[in-house]
Amino acid sequence: MSEPTERRYTKEHEWIDVVGDIATVGITSYAADKLGDVVFVDLPTVGSTVAEGRVVGEIESTKSVGELFAPVNGTVTEINDAVVATPELVNSDPFGAGWLIRVTFTELPELLSYAEYSALVGE
Amino acid sequence: MPTIHSTDRFQDRHIGTDSVAQLEMLSAVGYDSVDDLVLAAVPKSIHVNPLENSSIPEAATEREALAELRLFANKNTVRRSMIGLGYYDTITPAVIKRNVLENPSWYTAYTPYQPEISQGRLEALINFQTMVEDLTGLDIANASMLDEGTAVVEAMLLARRASKSVSKVFLVDADAFPQTKALLANRAAAVGIELRELSRVEASETSLPDAFGVMVQYPGASGRVWDPSAVLAAVKEQGGIAVVAADLLALTLLKSPGEFGADVAVGITQRFGVPMGFGGPHAGYMAVRNGLERQLPGRLVGVSQDAAGHPAYRLSLQVREQHIRREKATSNICTAQVLLSVMASMYAVYHGPGGLKRIAQSVRAKAIRFASTIDALGFELASEDFFDTVTVKAKGMAADIVAAALQRNYNLHLVDADTISISFDETTTEAEVLDVATVFGWKEKTLAEPLRGPGFLARTTDYLTHPVFNTHHSETGMMRYLKYLADKDYALDRGMIPLGSCTMKLNAATEMEAVTWPEFGGIHPFAPEADVVGYLDLIEQLQGWLAEVTGYDEVSLQPNAGSQGELAGLLAIRGYHHSRGDLHRTACLIPASAHGTNAASAVLAGMKVVVVATNELGNVDLDDLRAKIAEHADELAALMITYPSTHGVYEHEVRDITDAVHAAGGQVYVDGANLNALLGYARFGDFGGDVSHLNLHKTFCIPHGGGGPGVGPVAAKAHLAPFLPGHPLAQRDTINRGGATLPEHFNIVSAAPYGSPSILPISWAYVRMMGAEGLKAATGAAVLAANYVAAKLRDHYPVLYSGDNGLVAHECILDLRPLTAATGVTVDDVAKRLIDYGFHAPTMSFPVAGTFMVEPTESEDLVEIDRFIAAMVAIKAEADALAAGRWSVDDNPLVNAPHTAQAVIVGEWDHPYSREEAVYPVRALIRGKYWPPVRRIDQAYGDRNLVCACPPIEAFVD
Repeated sequence: MSEPTERRYTKEHEWIDVVGDIATVGITSYAADKLGDVVFVDLPTVGSTVAEGRVVGEIESTKSVGELFAPVNGTVTEINDAVVATPELVNSDPFGAGWLIRVTFTELPELLSYAEYSALVGE
Repeated sequence: MPTIHSTDRFQDRHIGTDSVAQLEMLSAVGYDSVDDLVLAAVPKSIHVNPLENSSIPEAATEREALAELRLFANKNTVRRSMIGLGYYDTITPAVIKRNVLENPSWYTAYTPYQPEISQGRLEALINFQTMVEDLTGLDIANASMLDEGTAVVEAMLLARRASKSVSKVFLVDADAFPQTKALLANRAAAVGIELRELSRVEASETSLPDAFGVMVQYPGASGRVWDPSAVLAAVKEQGGIAVVAADLLALTLLKSPGEFGADVAVGITQRFGVPMGFGGPHAGYMAVRNGLERQLPGRLVGVSQDAAGHPAYRLSLQVREQHIRREKATSNICTAQVLLSVMASMYAVYHGPGGLKRIAQSVRAKAIRFASTIDALGFELASEDFFDTVTVKAKGMAADIVAAALQRNYNLHLVDADTISISFDETTTEAEVLDVATVFGWKEKTLAEPLRGPGFLARTTDYLTHPVFNTHHSETGMMRYLKYLADKDYALDRGMIPLGSCTMKLNAATEMEAVTWPEFGGIHPFAPEADVVGYLDLIEQLQGWLAEVTGYDEVSLQPNAGSQGELAGLLAIRGYHHSRGDLHRTACLIPASAHGTNAASAVLAGMKVVVVATNELGNVDLDDLRAKIAEHADELAALMITYPSTHGVYEHEVRDITDAVHAAGGQVYVDGANLNALLGYARFGDFGGDVSHLNLHKTFCIPHGGGGPGVGPVAAKAHLAPFLPGHPLAQRDTINRGGATLPEHFNIVSAAPYGSPSILPISWAYVRMMGAEGLKAATGAAVLAANYVAAKLRDHYPVLYSGDNGLVAHECILDLRPLTAATGVTVDDVAKRLIDYGFHAPTMSFPVAGTFMVEPTESEDLVEIDRFIAAMVAIKAEADALAAGRWSVDDNPLVNAPHTAQAVIVGEWDHPYSREEAVYPVRALIRGKYWPPVRRIDQAYGDRNLVCACPPIEAFVD
């Protein structure tokens, strides 16, 4: 996957890494820190269609339940089984091994750049 | 001439600070009298004038109050109840009654939010969960539900969110309990679920209407035992969820729901040694198959490990609670019925699997002998097989037979003009079975010989095989097991529990006295009105007193918890708007600082949540409120506010707030959680409230029971009275509805007509013994104590919010965030270190993350309050020492807290502070220390590795 600086971001604290027509989606280190110890992730089933902005999963920590929003319209091609089995990957490696889902898409909506997202969270 | 006067005033026993102590506290706060202080704190615009014709009599002494309660009791008639419908007479083992129900170590504890000091009741609760899991044949059970009817409602809501079906239909067994059907109807209507009754014929077919779920009663209300597996399979085939409401005692003999395909099992554990109590409190239950555990409402106890790697219990999946999910919550259930689930679980521990089975066999034998006798008389029976309930067809004679039975002191259930059902239980004797048969015309001296063998659904699987259910069968063993568990826990019998918003005040022994009287315990919720006159009189009197002190017109005691009172209040508002044709009024304004149940209840009442901002003082932002009202003017249904606020402050502008909502056609719901800061000084109804719930378990002294029972009455102005909860089986409508008929679906929110009546004598006694003056004095003492703590700790921890004249209400928020920023010491560290100092921590991170909310209550004396202040000051000094470099950040008395005895004794001591500093930070602890049984518990580990049943004994071997 590309460097975090190369990726796109949403205001919901998700990152999107695009390769061809496939978007890999995860949550940012900022979001992972805010959530605290992640204990459970609930991801959509492979093959399900998702709509931009709709809730497709949940990320639960000892403090809170965060929602996973689909950043694009498309179809889920893969989910990260490793993160389902070991949810703490979201904390230890949010931009890498803690990725959540892969989605095929036809059109990319307007997303934030790394600089824009950094400005949003004030880091 | 010498005057004869009362020598003892209860008020002086209930309020911990005497006039000398109060003077000392007042000087620290800067006021001359308690009255001056409270009148300065409470905004002038809402001060109440004393009532001229109060319905609350002059305070009675403890002895006088008990004598009056005795008069109420004498007006109840305890008959042999054979009504059934989910409530059965039972024998409470005396060892459980004395050592649990009558033992403050169990009933004065709080919800186990601090797991390190709650291991005893957490173990009892995991026993409960294991018992339910075993008997239902399902994987994970929660720590109890409020009652069976609401548990079925929660199962329906769970089915809707977990089901893959898009149908809006939920199928309901025609043979379900009538109160369950009524509850389902009311709750389904509010959230757009369509109910369809599943007739007995349909239930035997394989093609069913499209539905997201189905509920079957097992055995049925009629007593029928049948095999529902085909129905369950048909619904699951469509992607629906299968719910079975099952009798746990029957399940010791019958094939379990898990074995015939249920996804969810619900029910009640009352007949496991908990008195009927005219309807409650009892522990309901819910169990689910694997895969649905994160959908479970309520509380769930799980196993984790402590800092030393030892197994330790704690509440699991806490984030699933509505205080985090708020308007996204799909349940508003906060609390459990801990005291009652402890009793029920101990009944199973005491009897063991063999004992329970013998009880069930005996119950079934009585039913079979009776049925055989009735059969011999030529009566038609409604079903082939049954467990404990026999339904008899007696064309045109049913009422006469029920009347004849009443003459002999039996209450049978009149189903309709042609049908009677008779339920047998643990307490029924053979002579009584014969006696009832006589009413039907049996003339022999013995019952007919049984015609039936065991049921065709006989259970073949084991249950309750864990050692805990096979060890404590002698009374000595049971007594010691209960003591062993109680000793692990910190309850009010050890010291102060300064939990803000929880009101951990005295639950006086006299108040508790009547709870276990048979005239209150031995009454079935659907007994005839003539049998329950004492109860109804007490209920009506208490309703009147509660209405008076809150400034409302009518009160319903039906809601079984604060959350249920909220729901009832919002449903009343919904009913009111609907009655005026305002169907579009669905927007509910809720301040950001509100307790999470507010939002969850609003959603379940079919409303849409609109969040109102709070300002930097923690109050409702009036500008934002006006903007939100303008934005939602046409659809405004209600505003929910808490007064004093969840921040422990008397908001100055409360009248402006309620006026603005009324001007826009909305109703004002005042959350009465903090009523104890207002009694005698202001009334919700006078400053704009239309409806409120009260927490009798906070303000009116019902003990917290370690996490339930609660009682959450709903109080309303006359215009909402027609929409307050009713009940299809109520003996009497105790609410003056101004001539209106009962609301649609009765607005029923609990399975029993008056909720949990057996604990109402507690609140009745409190008001009776305090009198109006005493209630006011308690408010003053509580407000003084909170302001004293704030004044004494302000220099060490900033007090986050205050109101008029810099004063707080009955609680104060201590801001620990500056400490955390300066020293790295967290709220958790301070909370756990307080255990080493012999305290239960205040409320952590509610309503503001990184803070403590402290509520001393009026019942603590100055010595205990000062001991707490000293502990907080000392811990602050420890944090400062840490910051100054005295210890390393990962090895110091704070981060290692709490310290167990084992932690300071075993092995080499290699920490940079002494053993004495670890466990005796204050010398006074040497003679009387509470020792936590486990070290700090790893929360994340337990949520990642969910185990919610008793661990094997080997897990505890070091």
